[in-house]
Amino acid sequence: MARIELTVDGAKVSDDVEPRMLLVQYLREKLGKTGTVIGCDTSNCGACTVHLDGRSVKSCNVLAVQANGREVTTIEGLADGDQLHPVQEAFRECHGLQCGFCTPGMIMQAVDLLGENPSPTEAEVREGMEGNLCRCTGYHNIVKSVLHAAGGAK
Amino acid sequence: MIPVQFDYLAPTSVEEALAALAEHGDDAKVIAGGQSLLPVLRMRLNAPEVVIDLGGIAELRGIREDGDSLVIGAMTTHHDVLNDALVKEHALLLVRAEHQLADAQIRHRGTFGGALAHADPAGDLGAPALALGAEFVIAGPGGSRTVAADDFFVDLFETAIAEGELLTGIRVPKHTGWGAHYEKFVRVAHQWPIVAVAAAVKVDGGTISEARVGLTNMGSTPIRARAVEEALVGQPATEDAVRTAAALATEGTNPPSDLNGAADYRSHLAQVLTRRAVLAAAGA
Ligand SMILES: Cc1cc2nc3c(=O)[nH]c(=O)nc-3n(C[C@H](O)[C@H](O)[C@H](O)COP(=O)(O)OP(=O)(O)OC[C@H]3O[C@@H](n4cnc5c(N)ncnc54)[C@H](O)[C@@H]3O)c2cc1C
Ligand code: FES
Ligand code: FES
Repeated sequence: MARIELTVDGAKVSDDVEPRMLLVQYLREKLGKTGTVIGCDTSNCGACTVHLDGRSVKSCNVLAVQANGREVTTIEGLADGDQLHPVQEAFRECHGLQCGFCTPGMIMQAVDLLGENPSPTEAEVREGMEGNLCRCTGYHNIVKSVLHAAGGAK
Repeated sequence: MIPVQFDYLAPTSVEEALAALAEHGDDAKVIAGGQSLLPVLRMRLNAPEVVIDLGGIAELRGIREDGDSLVIGAMTTHHDVLNDALVKEHALLLVRAEHQLADAQIRHRGTFGGALAHADPAGDLGAPALALGAEFVIAGPGGSRTVAADDFFVDLFETAIAEGELLTGIRVPKHTGWGAHYEKFVRVAHQWPIVAVAAAVKVDGGTISEARVGLTNMGSTPIRARAVEEALVGQPATEDAVRTAAALATEGTNPPSDLNGAADYRSHLAQVLTRRAVLAAAGA
């Protein structure tokens, strides 16, 4: 067992974990943060995307021990109370989801993308989201949602 | 999905990491960004007893100028290489390749040194490193040594890094003012190339004065296309001249046949992609 201390969605947590435990498992099974989902076995789908020290990572491809001393933000830490994050709002507004399984990862990646490039072109959105797969929407409304979030209330 | 049990060590200096490697020998595996190693452990294709995390070693991160070269710390992430002003100015080819490597999330975690140490023949950084004549700084129990790119890649997933050694940095000769392009042929987004070509050229008054070309996935290691390089020098940066030189891209290659393409298809790709890469690098 290894001792880890980290901040998850603004709260300090500490635990003894097996070194082999993946960050996504830790979030879901130890902390009950099931908003972050697992969609594949190959680190391709991006459904498990969270922020580690402010940058997007695939939490199925990070060990919990590698997050020791660091800050993790999940989809559950994005809203401010009842006030949805602007990117969450945009996905609702533009029907950026159908089944919703890819959505937590899509939103976390979109937040990262807009943090680095606040006014992306459509091509930059498609490229910046290439690590996130969706089986339902055909991506069109997802791209629209991200562009909508970038343009504020337009 | 879940790796087998292992012990975890998090050294904070190269010295500590080398001591841990010496103690645990081939029971140990180092983890850099984990973006190639963790999938392997999760599929249980490898089961080290000890995992040594390089993530806490600050001296392995960062990019600095050293005379006529840049020195890129092994633990510098793909994202940081991609966005570095020095790399853009002096080794544009690396920016071009990093831009097409994997996806944003993987680039935030995966490292420059980890990708080169992994030595996947389909990896996107080997050919550019080879083309730019990079040198690999390797630390071991007896001190540090430097290995030329031509000697670093040994075989599939095999490099000159010996047991008990660590890759600490990559020294890249400056190619200031060179044009560069990485032409990558993929079947689906954010994946490894079927074939890719890394090209850097120096163009003076419309004539190619120097050229470097590296091939990805045309053999068990990245390959330097020297015949193409020699044929390009002194030629005008035009479609016809570049096409003639690019036809030599298959010389000395041994492309694999797999589900993504047969060897003869890869040979065809190498010639087409070399022409495109060189023309784009030359700005033609
Ligand atoms: C979905 C996905 C898509 C990807 N797409 C691409 C792609 O398109 N192109 C591409 O090139 N790569 C791709 N990759 C791989 C990515 O580039 C990895 O970051 C890289 O191959 C390994 O770097 P790492 O830092 O994660 O190393 P790790 O996974 O931690 O280590 C890889 C290997 O190198 C060894 N090692 C690492 N650092 C050192 C060191 N300093 N000294 C000695 N040995 C060391 C480790 O022991 C291990 O065997 C992809 C990965 C994923 C998961
Ligand atoms: S579950 Fe992490 S990428 Fe698919
Ligand atoms: S909405 Fe169903 S996977 Fe994207």
